[in-house]
Amino acid sequence: MSRVDRREAGGEAEGAPAIIRVEGLSFKYYGSDQYALRDVNLVVKKGEFIVLAGRSGCGKTTLLRCFNGLIPNFYEGEMSGRVLVDGMDTRNMPTHILSQVAGMVFQNPDNQLFALSVEADVAFPLENLGLPREVILERIEWALKILGIEDLRYRSPFELSGGQKQKVAIASVLAMRPKILLLDEPTSSLDPASAKNLIDSIVELNRREGLTIIISEHRLDLILPYADRLIVMDRGRIVRDDDPRAILKDEDLLVYGVAPPRVSEVARYVNAHGGCLRFDRMPLTIREFVEKVRGLIG
Amino acid sequence: MIVFENVEYVYPNGVKALDGVTLRIERGEVIALMGENGSGKTTLLKHINGLLKPTRGRVLVDGVDTKSATVAELAKKVGLVFQNAESMFFSSTVWDEVAFALRNFGYDESVVRRRVEWALNFMELGDYAESSPFLLSGGEKKRLALAIILAWSPEVIALDEPTTGQDQLQKEKLMQMIRLLKEQGRTIIISSHDVEFIAQLKPRIILMKRGRIIADGDAEKILLDESLLSSCNLLPPQIASLTKELGFIGVKPSLKHPREVAKEILEALGRILPKKLTE
Repeated sequence: MSRVDRREAGGEAEGAPAIIRVEGLSFKYYGSDQYALRDVNLVVKKGEFIVLAGRSGCGKTTLLRCFNGLIPNFYEGEMSGRVLVDGMDTRNMPTHILSQVAGMVFQNPDNQLFALSVEADVAFPLENLGLPREVILERIEWALKILGIEDLRYRSPFELSGGQKQKVAIASVLAMRPKILLLDEPTSSLDPASAKNLIDSIVELNRREGLTIIISEHRLDLILPYADRLIVMDRGRIVRDDDPRAILKDEDLLVYGVAPPRVSEVARYVNAHGGCLRFDRMPLTIREFVEKVRGLIG
Repeated sequence: MIVFENVEYVYPNGVKALDGVTLRIERGEVIALMGENGSGKTTLLKHINGLLKPTRGRVLVDGVDTKSATVAELAKKVGLVFQNAESMFFSSTVWDEVAFALRNFGYDESVVRRRVEWALNFMELGDYAESSPFLLSGGEKKRLALAIILAWSPEVIALDEPTTGQDQLQKEKLMQMIRLLKEQGRTIIISSHDVEFIAQLKPRIILMKRGRIIADGDAEKILLDESLLSSCNLLPPQIASLTKELGFIGVKPSLKHPREVAKEILEALGRILPKKLTE
């Protein structure tokens, strides 16, 4: 569902309170002579599903790191402006507190998993928080169930497929019960069917649990149909921030190194030709495209 | 020419990664090995440069059995770029990394300089010539690995998942590079599950599942076969699905460029609509 559909369906993002507020944020990594982020301003509302796109090195990963406090608490550099996450200024808040509000899932699940069983991997951060045993067990069960991987509980993470590993990585973040889930190209090493399956799970977390999702992704065809907002970055700046359909309608994303879904590209060429078929609302799925054509020929 | 004769490969842990692969690749072909993760694509690639030797059956590269050749001998003919590019690097500068193989093969230093310069510029790495390869970003490392192959230009080039983590501009660059190498008559074998990239490249496709080849044919034949793809956990390219779904207005299934597809749709509608209006 797009933002418009969700508003009609009474979705919660529209008019919802802000959960992240970024004001005049610039950041330069220690030892680098270039800014990775330049004057970024952004408000994320509770329950939004946001896709970050742009060339490799455009600042997507850096921006995600600012949302859970890895910047400036872990990565050293020069930061100006401020980031408020659930009302907390990331400069004054330790990472272990922020990570309970905003959980991060990385590109390669192998970097996130290390224990001998799935259960132990999911339990690890909870044990570190000093939670009672019953609460830990309850949260493990909840996190595995919501991702549909209860059957993996006693398996070793190292014998799992890439898609399964990535779900375990998400489960271990979810068990912290964050309000925001940050995902940095989580499907890049997965084959297409596993990628689609993972994205379906992420959408579920947004729709059923009301989690705010911010995901960076190169493969827009699979993810955009679910996005409320698309944010396009270029050389550390936000260059577009809008409803994905609006951006796809008037912008050739290829100049930013981003491949639009092929179906929207076809629709853009159709509009450019002019003629009997015209898409005022850009299609993001094949079904939307085909329905428009059906409507035309009756 | 590369020939696989009933090749079986069993890893030391007992996993059978290739299970009776028979295959013939002619000089100058561009081939995509497709299939889900774990289907045997990488294992097959590693047999071409002799990193792995068959447990049963044999692999011939230009008539030479890889069992009787060393990796060093095969390396003169076959260049393999791993999925994890970093594992290839060892030099202290990007320049030396690209120059290494050329110097090793005894090229004159002026030839080495020209080729290295050209390859680095082609891959947009000219500014990093004096940097350490290990300080590059993930995408840049991948481009460096490709620049090495480009400068060296072996007869057979095997690329393992070259588009992983690459943005669209880098993919376009890779596409250009593959076309350039094809023009030079090189044999190129790519493992990939990036259906959109492969749909644009339109190579001969070899589809793998659980260590076996289950289909082998041109891109149109394989990528338009939805049930075949889904049996391998692959999704069809969007253009393939869209053109197929629009069959009811007379559009033919294809892998054409979105611009061409848009034109065909409008033409098809042009044929239907006036009739409808006069009815």
